[in-house]
Amino acid sequence: METKELIWSIITLSEKELRRFMRIWVQTLVPPAVTTSLYFVIFGSLIGPRIGAMDGFDYIQFMIPGLIMLAVITAAYSNVVSSFYGVKFQRAIEELLISPMPTWAILFGYVVGGVARGVIIGVIVFFVSLIFYPNFEIANYGLTILVLFLTSVMFSLMGFINAIYADSFDDIAVIPTFVLTPLIYLGGVFYSINILPEIWRNISLANPLLYVVNTFREGMLGASDVSIPLALAMMIGFIILFTAICLYLLNKGIGIRK
Amino acid sequence: MSEYALEINGLKKVYDNNVEALKGIDLKITKGDFFALLGPNGAGKSSTIGIISSITNKTDGNIKIFDVDIDQNFPKAKSFLGVVAQEINFSQFEKVEDIVITQAGFYGIPKNVAKERCKNLLEKLSLWNKRGDQARNLSGGQKRRLMIAKALVHEPKLLLLDEPTAGVDIELRREMWDFLSDINNKGTTIILTTHYLEEAEQHCNNIAIIDEGTIVENTSMKELLSRLSIQSFVLDLEDELKEIPDLSIFDLKLQDSKTLIATLTKDEDLNTLFNKLSECGIRVKSMRNEQNRLEELFIRLVKEKDGN
Repeated sequence: METKELIWSIITLSEKELRRFMRIWVQTLVPPAVTTSLYFVIFGSLIGPRIGAMDGFDYIQFMIPGLIMLAVITAAYSNVVSSFYGVKFQRAIEELLISPMPTWAILFGYVVGGVARGVIIGVIVFFVSLIFYPNFEIANYGLTILVLFLTSVMFSLMGFINAIYADSFDDIAVIPTFVLTPLIYLGGVFYSINILPEIWRNISLANPLLYVVNTFREGMLGASDVSIPLALAMMIGFIILFTAICLYLLNKGIGIRK
Repeated sequence: MSEYALEINGLKKVYDNNVEALKGIDLKITKGDFFALLGPNGAGKSSTIGIISSITNKTDGNIKIFDVDIDQNFPKAKSFLGVVAQEINFSQFEKVEDIVITQAGFYGIPKNVAKERCKNLLEKLSLWNKRGDQARNLSGGQKRRLMIAKALVHEPKLLLLDEPTAGVDIELRREMWDFLSDINNKGTTIILTTHYLEEAEQHCNNIAIIDEGTIVENTSMKELLSRLSIQSFVLDLEDELKEIPDLSIFDLKLQDSKTLIATLTKDEDLNTLFNKLSECGIRVKSMRNEQNRLEELFIRLVKEKDGN
């Protein structure tokens, strides 16, 4: 394909992916806003004042970065896993396989969809949080935006790998339900690991999601339980690793070609 | 520059469950041909089409599409191809127009050009008034026509049709064949698999018959049909007939009181039959072939291969 044709093909796939989740916005964009509002009402406004300060912040203020990350990770992952598995299930994957688009361009198009949904959800949840905590101020815009972007890319790629191996709708629900959600909840969304006994604190440090949540919290609040350069390096490392895995699987045709 | 649109050499496919779908087939299809690839279910037709269009990985062998080896430059080879798959392969929740324009985009065609081509194709395939509908609301025949529009939007030089008329009613089928014949006349090479053998007989110039992963016949349609040793005709009679006239040299059967079936060998001619019938006072109102000739040959070839 010539460069111009290649660019058009990537724009087309990215646009298709955006159109897909915008078309079903009631399923894709509204639920995180509703769920987060409930978290803020229950844990922020009702229970929060009884908990008191966490790492020197109001509890509701402490929760905001974690809840945004929870929503972003879930959105980016589920967008790509459901979209790519959906085209496999409907055999629409053949439209892409038959076309001259290179595999990296196919991956890029799906990641654009996942990142777009992740970022939009992040912004929506942030605005919802402002209703409950209007005085929130972002400590470091650059780091906040960088982590939002890297997280969306990383979990879009993970969703893609899941979709490649998925053979049924059960397969696309297993990882988010039994792996991702527990790791996010135990990754410091609702608490600082400094309040844990040492053994649990050390175990928590093995949870990669802790680094994602805390780096974002550093960006939004200026407070973190982990080393930021280490966390950023980990995220970039995972992105490179997941990209390599995705391209290997696509080029081999695993899960998509007979 | 080769004269072939498609060259297949020693193509093999063994699936993960060890089923050997293709046992090293060779096939050459000339540019501009309307070619039929026929065979019973599970013979290897769809595996062949799948490998050419990259939906299926090959085990061995090589394929050239307009001189471009798929192992050397598959994206280039794929840009020549349009594929109408056997099963519906588009998102059922997208709008008809979006499906066609998106497919064009995957080939790098800008939206303004794609929109124009889409309009043209949807009009020709009687789908223009459905352009804003979600694909899941189309009938079976409309979905198949949408598949054809999608396959043609990037103006391929080689069109693969895997059972294109399955589920399409007779009138629309005729319209589709007129449309495809027109495309073929304008230079597009077409490879067709179908279960409607009379359609292959009517439209294709050359034919290959595949069975159990090997090509059992590869010749021109004309040559193949000339091998028929007998032909049966249905004669609609003017008046009712109670019993078959004694015309010993012809094999005659009475289907009902006004329909006679005559089976003629290569050496027998219709003039003699009509003369004999006239002598017996039997007047023939109209006549047609009893059954599809290609079907008869097809069954025979496949049976011969099986040793029956």
